[in-house]
Amino acid sequence: MSNPPSRNASGFLVIGERTNLTGSPKFAKAIKAGDWTAAIEIARQQVDSGANILDINVDEALIDGEATMVKFLNLIASEPDIARIPVMLDSSKWSVLEAGLQCLQGKGIVNSISLKDGEAEFLRRARLLTRYGAAAVVMAFDEQGQAATRDDKVRICTRAYRLLVDKVGFLPEDIVFDPNILTVATGIEEHANYAVDFFEATRIIKETLPHAKVSGGVSNVSFSFRGNNPVREAMHTAFLYHAIRQGLDMAIVNAGMLGVYDEIDPVLRERVDDVLFNRRADATERLVRLADELKASAGTGPKSEAKDELAWRNAPVEERLKHALVKGIDAFVEEDTEECRSRYARPLDIIEGPLMDGMRVVGDLFGAGKMFLPQVVKSARVMKKSVAYLTPFMEAEKQAAAARGESTRSQGRILTATVKGDVHDIGKNIVGVVLACNNYEVVDLGVMVPSDKIIAKAREIQADVIGVSGLITPSLDEMVHVAKELQREKFDIPLLIGGATTSPAHTAVKIAPEYPGGVVHVLDASRVVNVVSALLSPERKPAFMEDVRTKQQKQREDFAARRARKPLLSLEVARSRRPSYDWNAVDIPKPEFLGTRVYRDVPLGEILPFIDWSPFFSAWEIHGRYPRIFDDPAIGAEAKRLFNDAQVLLGRIVNEKLFTANAVIGFWPCNAVGDDIEICADESRRQVVATFHQLRQQLEKPADQFNHCLADYIAPKDSGRIDYCGGFAVTAGHGVAELAAEFRAHNDDYSAILSQALGDRLAEAMAEMFHKRAREFCGYGKTENLSHDDLIRERYRGIRPAPGYPACPDHTEKPGLFALLNATAAAGIILTESCAMQPASSVSGWYFNHPDSKYFGVGKLGRDQVTDYSRRKGQTLVETEHWLGPYLDYETS
Amino acid sequence: MASLPPLNPERDAAFRALFAERIVILDGAMGSLIQAFNLTGKDFRSGDLAAHGHDLKGNNDLLSITRPDIIEEIHHRYFHAGADIVETNTFSATAIAQADYHLEGKVTEINLAAVACARRAASAVESERPGRRCLVAGAIGPLNRTLSMSPDVNRPDYRAVTWNQVVAAYTEQVRALVSGGVDALLVETIFDTLNCKAALFAIESVFEDVGGRLPVMISVTITDASGRTLSGQTTEAFYNSIRHANPFSVGINCALGGRAMRPYIEELSRISTCYVSCYPNAGLPNAFGGYDETPEEMASIMREFAASGLVNLVGGCCGSTPDHISAIAAAVRGLPARKLPVAETSMRLSGLEPLIVA
Repeated sequence: MSNPPSRNASGFLVIGERTNLTGSPKFAKAIKAGDWTAAIEIARQQVDSGANILDINVDEALIDGEATMVKFLNLIASEPDIARIPVMLDSSKWSVLEAGLQCLQGKGIVNSISLKDGEAEFLRRARLLTRYGAAAVVMAFDEQGQAATRDDKVRICTRAYRLLVDKVGFLPEDIVFDPNILTVATGIEEHANYAVDFFEATRIIKETLPHAKVSGGVSNVSFSFRGNNPVREAMHTAFLYHAIRQGLDMAIVNAGMLGVYDEIDPVLRERVDDVLFNRRADATERLVRLADELKASAGTGPKSEAKDELAWRNAPVEERLKHALVKGIDAFVEEDTEECRSRYARPLDIIEGPLMDGMRVVGDLFGAGKMFLPQVVKSARVMKKSVAYLTPFMEAEKQAAAARGESTRSQGRILTATVKGDVHDIGKNIVGVVLACNNYEVVDLGVMVPSDKIIAKAREIQADVIGVSGLITPSLDEMVHVAKELQREKFDIPLLIGGATTSPAHTAVKIAPEYPGGVVHVLDASRVVNVVSALLSPERKPAFMEDVRTKQQKQREDFAARRARKPLLSLEVARSRRPSYDWNAVDIPKPEFLGTRVYRDVPLGEILPFIDWSPFFSAWEIHGRYPRIFDDPAIGAEAKRLFNDAQVLLGRIVNEKLFTANAVIGFWPCNAVGDDIEICADESRRQVVATFHQLRQQLEKPADQFNHCLADYIAPKDSGRIDYCGGFAVTAGHGVAELAAEFRAHNDDYSAILSQALGDRLAEAMAEMFHKRAREFCGYGKTENLSHDDLIRERYRGIRPAPGYPACPDHTEKPGLFALLNATAAAGIILTESCAMQPASSVSGWYFNHPDSKYFGVGKLGRDQVTDYSRRKGQTLVETEHWLGPYLDYETS
Repeated sequence: MASLPPLNPERDAAFRALFAERIVILDGAMGSLIQAFNLTGKDFRSGDLAAHGHDLKGNNDLLSITRPDIIEEIHHRYFHAGADIVETNTFSATAIAQADYHLEGKVTEINLAAVACARRAASAVESERPGRRCLVAGAIGPLNRTLSMSPDVNRPDYRAVTWNQVVAAYTEQVRALVSGGVDALLVETIFDTLNCKAALFAIESVFEDVGGRLPVMISVTITDASGRTLSGQTTEAFYNSIRHANPFSVGINCALGGRAMRPYIEELSRISTCYVSCYPNAGLPNAFGGYDETPEEMASIMREFAASGLVNLVGGCCGSTPDHISAIAAAVRGLPARKLPVAETSMRLSGLEPLIVA
């Protein structure tokens, strides 16, 4: 795919010619109609069919050449699979070439300059090229005209070479001579030797002008056979075959229309060679006669450009499967799999043969950064469909084998689970797909899996590796627990750790020391196959684990050293560095209502405008800011495809009301007491109905910065003023799991993961939407005039921090908030024992209205604050330390 | 073009002699040291800027005019730490970048003032320490507008700036840096190769106008572990795109910390026929946007690069301090500089990926 066969043999380069207005009617039509999508597709086909360089020519009398060249170059610059190869700017107008040079970040070739307009102009242009940084095609053309004979070609090229190298300082390796491929078999006597002249001139130029290259436009040679593609194809193939032997380095050709010299019909080949080598007087006549016969027998004549799209269907079935896997095309996979069944002895041979060969290509491309996760998941969909088709046959075989008392086993068996208390599993599902693609057997226990279940299942299936995942911080502790339990149960298989909240440092410091069987942190799905294959290889495992252990040891040392380096402030000092406000002057808006309001079945369409898409891409391990991500040369195209797929599914979700969205919000009178916020039954503030406990930053900060705590944003009791605090719980998650399960049942993990990712986006968007309403209920929000971008970037007054996240990392604040909102009854959201919300696509938090309120991270906590906090909460110190584990700045006893 | 003489033959010879002799030391970050001075809005205003209608705080390039004492002191500290070359405080001193502050008209003045600060520091240290050679590179930073990427996803063919505007902006800056008397030009933190090519185009035009050349140093930024620039090129594709400028050195700075940069430095070292430079950030940014790599950590990475024969010029980018530079200078002392490979004669083309025609 990336290298045409001819290049492997000789280093010869194919310059794709279809993006040329003068040579490709299809490209001309697209450009004239302003159909840029079609024009880009033609470029893509050239690259796909093996072009090493893309020739772009937009010369046409009625077209603004400069503007068209610039627009087309800018458009393909955002198509990474096209822009990866260099461009040849092709125009007879210097101004078009120069406009093109101003758009190329790569080093391209200008086609062309020549002595046609005189030596001075030739030198001026060449000097400019050295400044722009481009190679140049130099035509064998001078003030007298085009060189046709061997000696004229050599003379003009030699003169140009000396001028370029000696006068301009042009690098000789950047000179590409085009000694003019002229049309033969025209019936005109003088034209008969043109091919021979070209072959010989090429040889002499390569011998006498060091480092210079030779190129040419091959289709010219066969111009007299327009309309007879088999003959033209044979002429091009033969011409190239001979010219390359004389030193031709590259040529402008239709990359899809090149044949193999040895495979040309022998009679046709001989007649063509007679013409090219000018071997007999009647050579032209004989070729014309043969051409007419061929045309008559071929009937309608050959292929159009359009047939290329399905050309891969003509390849052998193994190649077709590979193509379908790499391109993620599932339309033909069942018929191809069936065809394989007749050729392979056993269904497993098909999986281990052509399917795995295809997936290996996918794996290599993914590993090399040439494919992206959404594409891999689509490849997996093709694989799964094929495997699903084969499964009944394998079952039958297995039963037969079992009847004979034999057993079968995959490469390795991986047990995966989201740990107890946690319901987030998008990342884990992606890992499962990637592993399954690589022929690992993946047994997934789902979400909220307690350690005893993990251990029992691991034993039952004789797992080779266990992978646990989690998103919320309490899951980190649960993972430590799983590690301890595995040790207690005397397991020795490796434990993989993954998920958004996990880190190599936490794994090294907290989990790995608990389990000598080996704990490996896996950063993302792209790494998991490497890790698992190393762990399952008896040869590679010792060195791999040694390396992991060394790194973890180093991380533990770094952690200890870092801790020692920056002592925290005492809680007392941190409190003294709180921001202070003149509470008589602070604007405290009174909400329009007190108590709660419930919104059930919120129309999904109303939520859509609030979606922030950037995190959606992150969920797929494609990182970048929406919408700029689409311009990313490496991932933009794939991001766009993913986004389009998401839009289609989202449309379905909205129209068919597949998800149910509920929300509850509330406002209550309150005051701050120390670092706590006391919620009162009514404005008399005689009865405290709930207390929200907050944590304060203890990090040493510059003198002009404060040590923040959310309670600072609420008027203290002794200020004498009534303040108001809000709360919310929203979910878009009802229906998400069901839809994902339905897709999974149809072997469509891609759409399943897409559904979950969309559920999360809708929940976040609901949080944004109801925050806007909340601000309106408080008055100040009514005068906001915010763009979508302003909303997404939270450029408004007020914040909505969520318990469990950086400003208030304690998840156990959620039960109090839920009780106050009556959230489980009102919105149908349940809290797990780890205080994760179920369904997963839910968000809850507080509203703060203080004009200075902003998000911050509490950071590390000292023992003094944790002790004080546990006392305020009425928890034991051990309990508090358990929940705040990752935030503790000290070792617990 | 190739025949232009050096602008200042004596300093040019000294510059080249230094690289021929050993690994050369570049300075470290400017911004983090400026931050430590706790400047206020007033520090960014003096003379005719006092009444400037736009907020100027944070426009660090302006300090060469308003607080030259600070800029000179920072250069001074870096020379003392062992830097052979300091970069002028001109990272954003182009009309396009200064437009954010409505200071397009100040570009020449800013660049001249910055060169003067660096030159004063260089002369001071040279006279304090006879025998030392203190050199000044004119820093040419990237722009906030890019020529090969669209800021508008719905219009992938749109560009927020034109080639001619970029060339004009860089020409103005380069002219001032050259006339102020820098010893070399350093086009750095390149994330869009086309912007860089426009800068190189501008540099050549100025050289032609003034009838002489300076060494041109080029430093690209590899954005992340994909090994590509922000505009999508691989290291080698980038090298192929700028090789025509006949650079004095080519290298990598910013973004990745040194450790993650190694494979790309190794690649440049393999292919580059000119000197290779490396001045990474002090590690990857931590959760607070700061940099944690200690002078010792950074120095040990640089030492390994030097011991492996990969580099000719080392220094620091974001988060590095005089302590880092001093540790790096000590770590590479005595290690041999990378040897220049023999010139090659392959045609080196590129799109986002390289294509070499032997």
